[in-house]
Amino acid sequence: MSFKTIFKRLMAERLAFISFIFLGILVIIALLAPYIVPYEPFKQDLTKVMSPPSTEHWLGTDGLGSDIFSQLLMGSQTAIKAALFAIMIPLFIGVPLGILSGYFGGIIDDIFMRIVDGIIAIPAIILALGITSALGVNLMNAMMAIGIIFTPQFARLARGQTLQVRSEPYVEAAKISGAGSVWIMVRHIIPNISPPIVVQASFNLSIAILIETTLSFLGMGAQQPEVSWGNLIQQGYSMIDMYPWMMVYPGIAILLTILAGNFLGDGLRVALDPKQRKS
Amino acid sequence: MNTETLLKVNHLKAYIPSSKGEIKPVNDISFSIKKGEIVALVGESGSGKSVSSLSIMGLNAGAIKYRPDSSILFEGQDLLKLKEKELRKIRGNDIAMIFQDPMSSLNPVHPIGRQIAESIVLHKKVSYKEAKKTALDLLNKVGIPDAERRLNDYPHQLSGGMRQRAMIAIALACNPKLLIADEPTTALDVTIQSQILNLLRDLQKEFGISILLITHDLGVVAETADRVLVMYCGQIVEEGTVEEIFENPQHPYTKGLMDSIPSLYGPSKEILDAIPGVVPNPLELPNGCNFVTRCAFATEKCYEVSPVLEKHSSGTRVSCWNPLTKEALSENDRESAVIVT
Amino acid sequence: MFLKFLLRRLLYVIPMLLITTLIVFSLILLIPGDPVLAMLGDSATHEKVEELRRQLGLDQPVMLQYFHWLNNAIHGDLGRSIFTGQLVDEALMQTLFVTMQLVVVGMIFSIVGGLFFAITSIYFPNSWMDYVARFFGTLGTAIPNFLVAMVLIIFFSLKLNWVPATGFTSIVHEPVSFLQQIILPGFSLSLAGIAVITRHLRSSLMETMDADYVRTAYSKGVSRYQAIFKHSLQNAMLPVVTTIGLLFGTMLGATVVVETIFAIPGMGQLVVNAIGQRDFTIVQGVVLVMIVMVIVINFITDIVYALLDPRIEY
Repeated sequence: MSFKTIFKRLMAERLAFISFIFLGILVIIALLAPYIVPYEPFKQDLTKVMSPPSTEHWLGTDGLGSDIFSQLLMGSQTAIKAALFAIMIPLFIGVPLGILSGYFGGIIDDIFMRIVDGIIAIPAIILALGITSALGVNLMNAMMAIGIIFTPQFARLARGQTLQVRSEPYVEAAKISGAGSVWIMVRHIIPNISPPIVVQASFNLSIAILIETTLSFLGMGAQQPEVSWGNLIQQGYSMIDMYPWMMVYPGIAILLTILAGNFLGDGLRVALDPKQRKS
Repeated sequence: MNTETLLKVNHLKAYIPSSKGEIKPVNDISFSIKKGEIVALVGESGSGKSVSSLSIMGLNAGAIKYRPDSSILFEGQDLLKLKEKELRKIRGNDIAMIFQDPMSSLNPVHPIGRQIAESIVLHKKVSYKEAKKTALDLLNKVGIPDAERRLNDYPHQLSGGMRQRAMIAIALACNPKLLIADEPTTALDVTIQSQILNLLRDLQKEFGISILLITHDLGVVAETADRVLVMYCGQIVEEGTVEEIFENPQHPYTKGLMDSIPSLYGPSKEILDAIPGVVPNPLELPNGCNFVTRCAFATEKCYEVSPVLEKHSSGTRVSCWNPLTKEALSENDRESAVIVT
Repeated sequence: MFLKFLLRRLLYVIPMLLITTLIVFSLILLIPGDPVLAMLGDSATHEKVEELRRQLGLDQPVMLQYFHWLNNAIHGDLGRSIFTGQLVDEALMQTLFVTMQLVVVGMIFSIVGGLFFAITSIYFPNSWMDYVARFFGTLGTAIPNFLVAMVLIIFFSLKLNWVPATGFTSIVHEPVSFLQQIILPGFSLSLAGIAVITRHLRSSLMETMDADYVRTAYSKGVSRYQAIFKHSLQNAMLPVVTTIGLLFGTMLGATVVVETIFAIPGMGQLVVNAIGQRDFTIVQGVVLVMIVMVIVINFITDIVYALLDPRIEY
């Protein structure tokens, strides 16, 4: 299947199409956020503390008079950055390790999989907290922690897929005709195991945002002047009974982004599945 | 043999409405089964034999609808008009069914004994304990050795043949009057196949049940059935006794099916003759006779007018404009062989 | 037979425990620079630094440190809190029972909710119940639980004033106020669980409802109700059992958030405070206990699966 047909099939899924557009816009906003924010996200204006939404401050202001809309825009940058950075670690470390482990097998594979099982057994948030508390609390370390949590999942997936592909007749044929291991891995294994990995990655983008906002909410992620939707909700929560809108917007932003990521993943799964044909 | 009619299917027409047009898996078939008779319904996959049998059980998928003039009379009661609740009283009690793959058709998480007893408890006013006793008798009857122990075995602990015997025990649990056997031997080893067929025949003799045997295998038919219905594209194309059909198949399709069985006893053939072509797409059936696209004897009339099922001189009822005669057979053999190659 | 199976499974658990404990232990190695200084801050006196170094065994080779630590941990000695000086195992004992109560309630909500939604959705296909179940299944995994918690507090505590917003009473002290106070945190904890179980069980049920053995059941004359509850459900639950086991770990992690929001004095709150205070021995202790719990639950899940599926030989 060419990239073009996959894309066409993806766009044929209505929810995936909407999600794709939504996430596309979000990425653009995230890239442009520093240039398009109407106010500095944490610029205090004590004359306008806690003002409700108005034409001047579209989504109102927080306890220090800072513009919530600007904070929300900057928060999208954090979310996208965290998600993309976190997903790179498993893709560039976990997947290759999984392929090698599955392809060569043996005792190294056994030990490797036991370690992977071990890490997977640790609840994600707990591991993230442990790692960030050791490395130091900031956004970069939180993203790293999320990446480390994802790594064994992807290693396991890549290994399982590699085991399957390795025993396919065409790989056997390539081996018999004298193809080397590197050649087989690059030419046969990687292209054939990428669909499930791409699907998993798109789901994990959502999970990354979920964990990032959670860590930030707990104060273990983004620190000022970095803005995360999680921080915004945490700040909003402290004034919940008087100014509920403060947490409504970042809440909706998180919800929509995660939903979009999930729908995109569902769509990709359908689009990349050669067996599934949509009429 | 008793001549009383047990089941009478009249003009059964099942259809599936779809956006691309109507699919008619069963298109106007009529037949009847007498008490104590074994009737075989023969055809390729997609010929409508399974839909026909599931119509009798009322177990077709919801998408399948019936024309109002269709009826399935079981002891005078129209099964198609019954409510689900009334049908449930008949299913498993008066009409029971066994399926093709005994492994997947038995519930993997329940012991065999429980699965047999369930049927009994559903229909008879007995305790589960008594039902278990009946289940034990049934296991003995269907020839499962060491039945007492097998009662508590799970399906995966039995061999394929034993599983199908257990399946038959479930079907017989309430002494049904009609047993529908849907490809009962297809999933089994050849050696087991005839054991199961023998069992079915013995049980039929012992209890006088009627059996509707659904199969694509004429070998199975020859061994077991009294009467044969040959189905093609949702219609019955030939009907007769086993002797009539085997001695003198009149429909080219029946003849084709016959030629494609390897013969154990007759002169061995070098190549088996397959019927040329494929079953037509149910949405694009030919105008005249449905078999016209694959028939070696088709004339112009066959392309224009559908034949009807009627009695011909040599015995069977056949739906064909140019039914084969005994004399023509040897000659035609050569002709069809040419078409195959 | 069954005992042998248990033992074999237990043998599998041991390397798992070794690996995970090694991971927990090596967290300390991640601390950049001198971990002791990082924990105590720059203003610590030289004696204090040396004392902690000895207490943590950091003057020894790493593997030796690990075995020393492990040996102590097995004997229940996890050191003292760097911040308060309290024994770590004591702090864990105080909080463990609280967290367990919360997780058990969350688990019950998840299983009951998941079963309810999945079964009604299958029993009434394309009805509004079915749509609610599907909507819930999609949305439930997309809402972070801190958001759920807050929305619940806003509506049920602040607006309606039905239940208190925060606080916790142990079930052994006062069951009534336990129930009042546990409902919101329990539900916040279980929303994702309900969604995951609903989705998985629903698709699993759809598959088993089409299975040949369910058709056999219908041919015996069972009703739709009986087909679902007597034939489909047990088979459909098999893969879901594994999901439920995995859910336990997720839920244990989520207690960190839920306990913080609802001011529940459990392990989650303990670890969050400990991180804030750079109290690394406490963090290590909590992570260790949670991992051991997850591994024990996985072990139990395996056993339950084997008991439910007669095809598994033990």
